[in-house]
Amino acid sequence: MSAILQIEGLNKSFGGIKATDDLNIEVEENELHAIIGPNGAGKTTLISQLSGLQAPDTGRIIFKGENIAGLPAHRRAHAGIARSFQITSLMMEMSVLDNVALALQAREGHSFRFVRPARSVVHLREDGLSLLDTVGLAEKANMPTFALSHGEHRRMELAIVLAAKAELMLLDEPMAGLGTEESHRMVELLKGLKGKHTILLIEHDMDAVFALADRISVLVYGHVIATGTPEEIRGNEAVQHAYLGEE
Amino acid sequence: MNRKLVTTIVVLLALGLIPPVLYAAGFVFYLDLATRLTILAIAAVSLNLILGFGGMVSFGHAAYLGLGAYAVGIPAHHWLYGGLENLGLATTSGLVQFPLAIAAAALFALVTGAICLRTKGVYFIMITMAFAQMVYYLFVSIEEYGGDDGLVIDTRSELPLVSFDDPLQLFGFSYVSLVAAVLLVWMIVNSRFGMVIQGAKENEERMTTLGFNTYLYRLVAYVISGAMAGYAGALLGNFTTFISPEMMDWARSGELLFMVILGGAASVIGPVLGAVAFIVIEEVLSTFTIYWHLPFGLMLMAVVLFGKGGLMGLLGRRQAA
Amino acid sequence: MDVSLLIIQILNGLQLGLLLFLVASGLTLVFGILDFVNLAHGSLYMLGAFIGATLTFALGDFILALVIAVPATAVIGFAVERLVARPLYARGHLDHVLGTFGLILVIDTTAHLIWGPEGIAVPLPNWLDGQVSLPGGALIPTFRLLIIGAGLAAAAGLFWLVNFTRLGMLIRAGASNRTMVSALGINIELLFSLVFALGAALAGLAGMLIAPITEANIGMGNNIIITAFVVIIVGGIGSIKGAFYAALLIGLIDTLGRSFLDDIFKFFMSTAAAETSAPAVSAMLIYLIMAVILAVRPQGLFPPKVR
Repeated sequence: MSAILQIEGLNKSFGGIKATDDLNIEVEENELHAIIGPNGAGKTTLISQLSGLQAPDTGRIIFKGENIAGLPAHRRAHAGIARSFQITSLMMEMSVLDNVALALQAREGHSFRFVRPARSVVHLREDGLSLLDTVGLAEKANMPTFALSHGEHRRMELAIVLAAKAELMLLDEPMAGLGTEESHRMVELLKGLKGKHTILLIEHDMDAVFALADRISVLVYGHVIATGTPEEIRGNEAVQHAYLGEE
Repeated sequence: MNRKLVTTIVVLLALGLIPPVLYAAGFVFYLDLATRLTILAIAAVSLNLILGFGGMVSFGHAAYLGLGAYAVGIPAHHWLYGGLENLGLATTSGLVQFPLAIAAAALFALVTGAICLRTKGVYFIMITMAFAQMVYYLFVSIEEYGGDDGLVIDTRSELPLVSFDDPLQLFGFSYVSLVAAVLLVWMIVNSRFGMVIQGAKENEERMTTLGFNTYLYRLVAYVISGAMAGYAGALLGNFTTFISPEMMDWARSGELLFMVILGGAASVIGPVLGAVAFIVIEEVLSTFTIYWHLPFGLMLMAVVLFGKGGLMGLLGRRQAA
Repeated sequence: MDVSLLIIQILNGLQLGLLLFLVASGLTLVFGILDFVNLAHGSLYMLGAFIGATLTFALGDFILALVIAVPATAVIGFAVERLVARPLYARGHLDHVLGTFGLILVIDTTAHLIWGPEGIAVPLPNWLDGQVSLPGGALIPTFRLLIIGAGLAAAAGLFWLVNFTRLGMLIRAGASNRTMVSALGINIELLFSLVFALGAALAGLAGMLIAPITEANIGMGNNIIITAFVVIIVGGIGSIKGAFYAALLIGLIDTLGRSFLDDIFKFFMSTAAAETSAPAVSAMLIYLIMAVILAVRPQGLFPPKVR
């Protein structure tokens, strides 16, 4: 297997703060690669640069052999990258199914289609329902999104990422704010994805990380201080000192 | 049957039946009022496509009304006084004027929208206002078309099968146009295109990440909205036969915004209700005093301070369009 | 090219620019610090003109009228902030725009009730009514020099206020972090009212200064407000420095454009074409400039850094 994603010398500063500092990572195809690190290590900034919502100051992001660092955010989905948000980012006033259907719709070329009611496009509704079923939200399909619980919102985020059928899935703390049972459920869902997609997972929940990750990179002050298998990371002194030791 | 659908049908039916009945009974005035109302309602409905559903607050929508009206006035003027024959624009034919109105409005929307839509929030509001004012000053400066004093047309648009000189037919044509406008906007809003626009209004970042070029979709919606208002402008020019830059003054844009907010921006029919309420209140107040702008202004301020969701909002929040 | 005409028009452009700055600075201050869009700002300009006119007739002295009318407009601004702006702060910008739009109708009609539909011409005292000759043989009305002087003085005063006084420091602090400033025990509400009143005073002053030239009339506020918006959009909403440069730029372009555009056009068009198109283009010129600047820099020339 080859590296589907290579980040080379990525740098990003905000005013005086260096959020990303000469960051280098290689992610293998179909691996589940976790990024861990203390708060403020720059994990979400990294994801934002990968999804295109923020532009790096310098550096290269090589995805499937091409440097996408300059590619506008809305083109990255078509390039094969999907992202979930740490702070839930959904269309709250629309129904649950509408949200997922939109994600599916985004894959179908352009949406300059003015005549048929979107809700009567059968394949979008059916595929959407089946995605919702995967995350266990099928019965709530027609409810307005704002009526769902936080845990259900996190599952919606996952369903939306799945809708993209992306080659690279960027998951930003999918477990954020979840209780024990919901976390377990999420871990099971993510386990089901392993090996079929390349996943870059940012998480704080160490149990989940060690249960899911093929490899882990540790991010401290915007820089990767160690990359390796879970065992290697567990045994790495620098990592223990910088991060795990503080827990 | 949901409330929005019922309200839509009731309002449209009432609007279609009551004025002709009053006219037949000898009350000509109400037919004229209704004609003006339906025309402004078309403009308000088109504004709400981008405002209520797209989140784009345009304070320059009256520019399209003006452009549409001049698209009728200018050819009619040249037909009478000569000039522009080689462009085919010296004519009273509605088959030239109406498409011209739509095209001129669409072009203006495309060019100004391409610039405005790179901004948002307050910038967007102010820039749309400024562009509308630009067109206002443009027409003020063109002496041939009357400048500040405006343009009077002798002959209304000539269309096969219908004579605009008959107030009942003009009303009927405008009314049918309004129904078509409502259906068109409803169709667009519920289509896949409409889903993108609504999604972009709610969560731009999410939509971009999903892969939608929101700028482009918004621009298309903006052009459609402008074109519809241009069509309404052509009707307006025919109705008043007096076409002046006043029609595109930013205060007129403010009135259109008010119709939308008053009626409710969350539904397609809301702006029509708003137009009805606006025109009725305007008429009632002006019979009491020539200073009716004072209570009117106070009322508008009250609506902003206390009226959540407009008239449609009284029927219940958060329903699908 | 007639040099003395050019000099006169440049001075006219500066005068227009400075008046625009007086109006735009209040608008941009209120937006930058209170985050409030005040469409009725032009009405304050108009009220300044009418109050100044009335006082000039009542007191027989233009300068004395000016000195009283400016604070009077400030008081009106204070009242508007308390009664209209304050309830709307929590709302979005659209509500600000709609609410102040209603306010314009109220103020315009009230002005009509008080002063009637006709404009009021304001007579100038003799010492202001003459002309001054400039090097180069150009003659410029004394009053215009006064306007330029007053405008520059106001700009300097504003600069001093914002950068060298405690109030100015609070204004700048409030602009970047409202909550922090009020957490420090500063009476934010009073600060806001004062800023609003200051903006009103500046607008009122501008109205009074222009009234002897163009008459105090009811439509004047609605005309100037859009130009003021163009100024602050080009300058960067919330930036006083931006408003200053943009106002001068726009004042000069508008004035020089109207005077010389047909001559410029004649360089590359026929005389007939130049004379038909120049008035139209010069009417739209400042908006075209705005469009060009926005196409390149959507945030304006000097956008404020913190927001």
